[in-house]
Amino acid sequence: MSTVSWSGRLFDWFNYIFLTFLMVLTMYPLLHVAFASLSDASELMKHSGMLWKPLGFSVDAYANVFRNPMIASGYTNTLIILVGGLALNIVLTSFGAYALSRRSLRYRKQIMLFFVFTMFFSGGLIPFYFAVMNLGLGNSLLALIVPTAVNTFNLIIMRTAFDAIPESLEESAKIDGANDFVILFRIILPLSLPVVAVILLYYGVSHWNAWFNASIFLQDRAKYPLQLVLREILLQGEASAMAEGAATEDVAMLSATLKYATIMVATVPILLVYPLLQRYFVKGALIGAVKG
Amino acid sequence: MKAMGRVLFDVRKNKYLYVMLLPLFVYYVLFHYQPMYGAMIAFKDFSPRLGIIGSPWAGFGHFMDFFQGAYFWRTIRNTFMISFYDLIFGFPAPIVLALLLNEIRVQIFKRTVQTLTYLPHFISLVVICGMIKDFTSSNGIINDIIAFFGGERHSLLLEPSLFRTIYVSTDIWQHIGWGTIIYLAALTGIDPERYEAAKIDGAGRWKQMLHITIPGILPTITVLLILNLGRMMNLGFEKIILLYSPGVYETADVISSYVYRVGLQDFNYSFSSAVGLFNSAIGFILVISSNWLSRKLNDTSLW
Repeated sequence: MSTVSWSGRLFDWFNYIFLTFLMVLTMYPLLHVAFASLSDASELMKHSGMLWKPLGFSVDAYANVFRNPMIASGYTNTLIILVGGLALNIVLTSFGAYALSRRSLRYRKQIMLFFVFTMFFSGGLIPFYFAVMNLGLGNSLLALIVPTAVNTFNLIIMRTAFDAIPESLEESAKIDGANDFVILFRIILPLSLPVVAVILLYYGVSHWNAWFNASIFLQDRAKYPLQLVLREILLQGEASAMAEGAATEDVAMLSATLKYATIMVATVPILLVYPLLQRYFVKGALIGAVKG
Repeated sequence: MKAMGRVLFDVRKNKYLYVMLLPLFVYYVLFHYQPMYGAMIAFKDFSPRLGIIGSPWAGFGHFMDFFQGAYFWRTIRNTFMISFYDLIFGFPAPIVLALLLNEIRVQIFKRTVQTLTYLPHFISLVVICGMIKDFTSSNGIINDIIAFFGGERHSLLLEPSLFRTIYVSTDIWQHIGWGTIIYLAALTGIDPERYEAAKIDGAGRWKQMLHITIPGILPTITVLLILNLGRMMNLGFEKIILLYSPGVYETADVISSYVYRVGLQDFNYSFSSAVGLFNSAIGFILVISSNWLSRKLNDTSLW
């Protein structure tokens, strides 16, 4: 590195400083929320400006969040949607991906086109709404599971992965009289665990993040998934009333830290598993990109 | 008849495959093709009581109402403006970050930047919007900073002139790191010997970046750019309806948020379907033409 020019060195300095600044810019909002959630509510109310540590220390807000029955029911509903949804997603997507990767299937191109066309053209929100409601799925968690059973993009990713498995591997199984279900579950899926993981992650993230369908199909608040509960608290709740100073002192004070604690409770679980899953996410992003 | 026989033969030969495909057919018909059929209500005066078939025809009346209505240009303008800002600022951001990361030789620093900047991508949209709302409120952190420098406090999300800026900049904040992955992967595909050769020819780092690195990822850039163009119409309306309020409709209301509001909040089903169908049609044309462009320029296309 002795031959590095002064302009190169200047650039390096600039680069390190800029990227460090970027890291701070990325992390600060998250840290701000974390510090505020642990702060003493009255001190936080009086404070103005950046937070570099909790002001005082209080877990009252967390106690309140955990006492909120909507958070508990939101988590439960989201869990039900995740488990039920993922089971349906992975079964249907692997069925489709397997069938469409078989060369013996004469019309596979046409069938694929039938599925892929829906990626580019849709009937629109209102007809979709009525299609779901007319099936009697209104106000049911099934409305959040069944209409998202297959994501065409994920189907393409999985089919591409299955396509790459040499067919000779199945020949012997076929000679032994194994049918397609046996081949899929005993040979293809065990060989494709990384792509299965990626697909499960993709579906999992979309179920976790989903709130819109819940907001149009569910009336019963007890059925709300976590994200919809969060929308009530963070975007439709006391926050605005508080800003106008309409609420009483106590309520206002509590809701100041409550919002932050709610964000933490809803986000920390994801950020904890994230380092473990990052590898798969990156892999998925690349598979998706190659195909997309 | 003969074609029918061929299909039946294929079904019998691959009966297990068709058994597997059956639930997918049912799914796509119920949740994708049935709505396309249902989009017919855009040409009717639909009432749920009469049903799709029973409702009287309205021809292109709802489309005309939309084209001549007060909100036609507003929603078109907002849709294109937000997409355009996203393209101008949001699209190059991860490319620049990837190029900067590529110049970092200290691997642990590079990995730290990557891991941290990926993080916001995994926070749910509702939470992100909750944070945006809190930070931009009149007593939020951003206003604290503005006030510190002597500025006046005001609720930034209620400011029509700021909505698009907030929308696009927070999008960049959330996804810039994640967006670099594909470019960094493309960068690893560049032959190191080309850099060696350039060094021998006396090219500095700037020249190397200009003549080797950027051309090396150009195909990736073009493909992604074209894909983004094709996706312009389905811009993130979920984020918009989480963030907007009547005071900023002037700059925030896009076609898809308008469809949502008119259809599911005002129960103007047929009119909303007409606007939605218009949106789908424009989106479809954009995808088809961007795919055609991609094939022309790069030999890469979606189909």
